[in-house]
Amino acid sequence: MISVSDVNLTFETNDGPVNALKNVSMEVNEGDFVSFIGPSGCGKTTLLRVIAALETPTEGRVTVNNMTPDEARKARQYGYVFQAAGLYPWRTVSGNIKLPLEIMGYSTSEKEDRTRKVIDLVELNGFEKKFPWQLSGGMQQRASIARALAFDANILLMDEPFGALDEIVRDRLNGELLNLWARTRKTICFVTHSIPEAVFLSTKIVVMSPRPGRITDIIESPLPKKRDLNIRDSREFIKIAQRVREGLKAGQTEDVF
Amino acid sequence: MKTSYLANKFIPVSTIVILIGLFWYLVAVPMNSDKVSRQFKNLTASEHILKCWSLKKPKLPTPHQIITEMVNTTFFKKISSKRSLVYHGWITLQATLAGFFLGTLLGILLALGIVHNRAMDLSVMPWVIASQTIPILAIAPMIIVVMNSVGVTGLLPKAIISMYLSFFPVVVGMVKGLRSPDQIQLDQMRTWSASSREILWYLRFPSSLPFLFASLKVGVAASLVGAIVGELPSGAIAGLGARMLAGTYYGQTIMIWSALFAAAFLAAFLVFTIDFLQKITLKRMAIIR
Repeated sequence: MISVSDVNLTFETNDGPVNALKNVSMEVNEGDFVSFIGPSGCGKTTLLRVIAALETPTEGRVTVNNMTPDEARKARQYGYVFQAAGLYPWRTVSGNIKLPLEIMGYSTSEKEDRTRKVIDLVELNGFEKKFPWQLSGGMQQRASIARALAFDANILLMDEPFGALDEIVRDRLNGELLNLWARTRKTICFVTHSIPEAVFLSTKIVVMSPRPGRITDIIESPLPKKRDLNIRDSREFIKIAQRVREGLKAGQTEDVF
Repeated sequence: MKTSYLANKFIPVSTIVILIGLFWYLVAVPMNSDKVSRQFKNLTASEHILKCWSLKKPKLPTPHQIITEMVNTTFFKKISSKRSLVYHGWITLQATLAGFFLGTLLGILLALGIVHNRAMDLSVMPWVIASQTIPILAIAPMIIVVMNSVGVTGLLPKAIISMYLSFFPVVVGMVKGLRSPDQIQLDQMRTWSASSREILWYLRFPSSLPFLFASLKVGVAASLVGAIVGELPSGAIAGLGARMLAGTYYGQTIMIWSALFAAAFLAAFLVFTIDFLQKITLKRMAIIR
């Protein structure tokens, strides 16, 4: 579904070139929930932006649904959820969800249908007519996810969507995201810097490390697809979390010690 | 709510007004003293002061003289009369609004060009700034004369001068406003593969409205100044500027001051109107609550 092979990306900055991604190769299969985890500067967000055609790699090949990322972007193959909800303050919740639909030229009735469906999906019923400032941070982020789901993209790219939320809200939204993933059967790429979040959500965990940004480990999770928060106390969960931690440590040794 | 309006607005503002008024009457005495001494002999001190406040052609007219003149020329003259302030005010207002409209249009168009076109971004702004360093008093007569020579007279030359002054704040504000969406919002539009026209309509333009309104308030006041300045060198016989000029010809200081006050009230009215529109619009857009 998404294939990244031998991608290098160098940013030219005033302090000289920065190697943001080095020899990055990985695959995402249909229906996967893939997490990218690593410390800041490891290129996990950059990799997601490469897949979304928001950055162009210096070298290497990326395909999304057998297209180049830019073709996939133009064909509206993915929905992207940013760190900040980025809702338009002058639009209501449903107005915000309709925005991409308006740009994509859906008919009025279709817009209504789809908006209702995704509002159900993220459980924001009753808040359709509220403005963003009337919502909590968690609800804003749910509205933002609904907006990314409203059109027919089968890939959902999420860049630390819950990074700014407290742990209690984050746990709840993680559970809801898993439900949503099960119901919609989308393919999800998820950037995070939280080990429990990555292990809890993913079928595949991509561990990355900085300077230069590269992949140190790819873990196929043996956890069942259907899971709840209690799974975090199971032995498998702890074992995977341990392996992630080791992957992160392995990436660090060279320049920390 | 009501007490806070009293405490926050009414009391401080009226205190300052009263202080200025007192100071005014105080200064009017030495300013007009010479003239009173020349015209009247053997006055007691209090009679002398009262005369200083009620001369027909004083150096500095007092507030009540100006207000009386304004009330007379506003309410007790036919609107079509050449002595009516309403008549002159209306002439100036027309030029102001025409110039304000043209200036806003020009300002928005230039800002759109600057934001969307790299060549314009690099080349236009210095000229826009240079245009404002030229004193308007120097350029206004030239505009009037040049346009007169091609047969354009009346409202349009004045409106052009108004436009010249009012487009500037609009360009500066709108460039800032159209660029105010952050990178995340622009990236988000890109992920929906929105065209730059859609980005403009759905994102840049609504984001720029608070900036636009702030600019419009500055722009409308500048427009009025432009219209009045445009009336000074043109030998115009109508308009608040012409009224001020006529006042200086005939030593009618009260007439000058009442035209000046009329211009100030007009400016305040225009600015408050835009302020009101701003509040309604932004409230409706939930940008302010």
